[in-house]
Amino acid sequence: MQSRAIYIYQERVINLIIKLSGYSSILFVTLILLFLAREGLPALSKAEISSLFGTRWYPIEGLYGIWPLLGGTLIVTIGAMLISLPLGIGTAIYISEVAPPWVNNLLKPLIEVLAGLPSVVLGFLGIQVLAPFLRPFLNLPTGLTAFTGSVLLAMISIPTIVSIAEDAFNTVPPSYRQAALALGATRWQTIWGITLPAARSGVLTALMLGVGRAIGETMAVMMVTGNAPVLPQGLNALFMPVRTMTATIASEMGEVATGSPHYHVLFFIGVVLFVLSLGVNIAASSVSMKTRKRSERVLS
Amino acid sequence: MESRRFSRPLIPPPVQQTLGFWLMRIISLVTVLPIVAVILYIIVRGLPAIHWEFLVGYPREGMRAGGILPAIVGTFYLTLGTAVVAVPLGVSAGVYMAEYAPDNRWTRLIRIAIINLAGIPSVVYGLFGLGLFVLFLGFGTSILASSLTLGIMTLPVIISTTEEALRAVPYSFRVVSISLGATRWETIWRIVLPQSLPGILTGVILGLERAAGETAPILFTGVAFFLPRLPTSPLDATMALPYHIFVISTQVPGMPVQIQYGTVLVLLAFVLTMNLIATLIRQRARARRQW
Repeated sequence: MQSRAIYIYQERVINLIIKLSGYSSILFVTLILLFLAREGLPALSKAEISSLFGTRWYPIEGLYGIWPLLGGTLIVTIGAMLISLPLGIGTAIYISEVAPPWVNNLLKPLIEVLAGLPSVVLGFLGIQVLAPFLRPFLNLPTGLTAFTGSVLLAMISIPTIVSIAEDAFNTVPPSYRQAALALGATRWQTIWGITLPAARSGVLTALMLGVGRAIGETMAVMMVTGNAPVLPQGLNALFMPVRTMTATIASEMGEVATGSPHYHVLFFIGVVLFVLSLGVNIAASSVSMKTRKRSERVLS
Repeated sequence: MESRRFSRPLIPPPVQQTLGFWLMRIISLVTVLPIVAVILYIIVRGLPAIHWEFLVGYPREGMRAGGILPAIVGTFYLTLGTAVVAVPLGVSAGVYMAEYAPDNRWTRLIRIAIINLAGIPSVVYGLFGLGLFVLFLGFGTSILASSLTLGIMTLPVIISTTEEALRAVPYSFRVVSISLGATRWETIWRIVLPQSLPGILTGVILGLERAAGETAPILFTGVAFFLPRLPTSPLDATMALPYHIFVISTQVPGMPVQIQYGTVLVLLAFVLTMNLIATLIRQRARARRQW
């Protein structure tokens, strides 16, 4: 009888551990927010507010304007989406609607390999191959520009976009397609007229999570965008050197003294990034919470 | 609009379809060809650098010669540390989400938390690790601090894939087990977990694969620019392959290109091997599944 009691006790302990693990995600998000705020919010008092929201980033003189960095992130991300959205959605359509199974058995693992490629590897090839290739091609003084970063970011965000968009197409009920085909539409008309519109919320989610992925990417962007924290102006800014928020944190955090205004400002940029990614992800998940498979979304 | 819809289209629909399908084929090709090109190019350029001394030797002459053993070992330790942190916690959290969690507000909150953990930029994890583990808890820049940071970053992948794998096990398996007198935990431990093991493993490996290739989270939490010896305790800093690639491709002037490509190839091999193992496990499980 006693062993049975121990048994029940054991089971209770295990259940408790599992429950605590379940709740740990909330704990970690809270901890992350707490420690970012703890180190980041002092920036508002230690650095002058006017400088913080100014247009120049020049830490040596105490100028911590985050607009140039925000602009850098924005322009690199827009460039990346212009490339990766058509490619990603097109590939997703091909995989889910057009391709025969044997092609998919090749395509899908390749996309997964891309998802696992370390961004530092892409950054390295960006420096070694892409930038020297783009410089004479676009007739630029340097190959290390926002556009180079956009190309790499497009590659990095494509797996996310493909897997979520493909999921969205797969959840469109087959009866929709059958009805269209029965009315005499071609397969292509069905894709354009029925499947794509029916999956549009999923496509929108794919776009948003692709943006989220692009905003947060650090190493590849830092290595190829030329490290110039200047406010991008006009359309040709895409072909000028820039610097993103993530790259600024990564390249300057190693050299600042703990507790200095510069240190706190870098954490403050981290808070901005956290809030941005929070916004993007909550928006994306509220667009279509119901139909998508979660692991797919997280994995890529 | 109306008149256009009913008039004869400029291009006949069958031709439209042929053109459209070819467009999709070309787009897919444009998407995947760079991936194949990147991998082949790195193999071709990196292979000449790979020899025994390169893999088991220490860097010499300001990293411009010698081997990369400390970086290889460092990445191995960091991946192992990440697994120790993330696998038990992530798998039990996944079990909670699939088997225990009631459908209420708290569970929805956990889901939002998981989604957010997955979306936080890796460099922000680095800041968090610096603030909490390195400074506040006083671990210093160490393998421990880096592993904890990478572990929390990997958590959402493992939780989601575990939950997914558990949910794929048919409900009837649980019903039968419970009806035979097994408790909830016995059912999970003896029936559900073994059945979903391949799915969990795949997720775990893919999560660790990503952690192994990350640079930003370890940048301020545990990685050393140059360290000509192997770490001896979890509180030591370490070299790591991704950061080493960053260093030798941007910070060291006059770096021999061959060593750069060689180092990239070693990291690529590390990551692709994990990817391959995950793919094989999944395929085998799919072929063997009887339900």
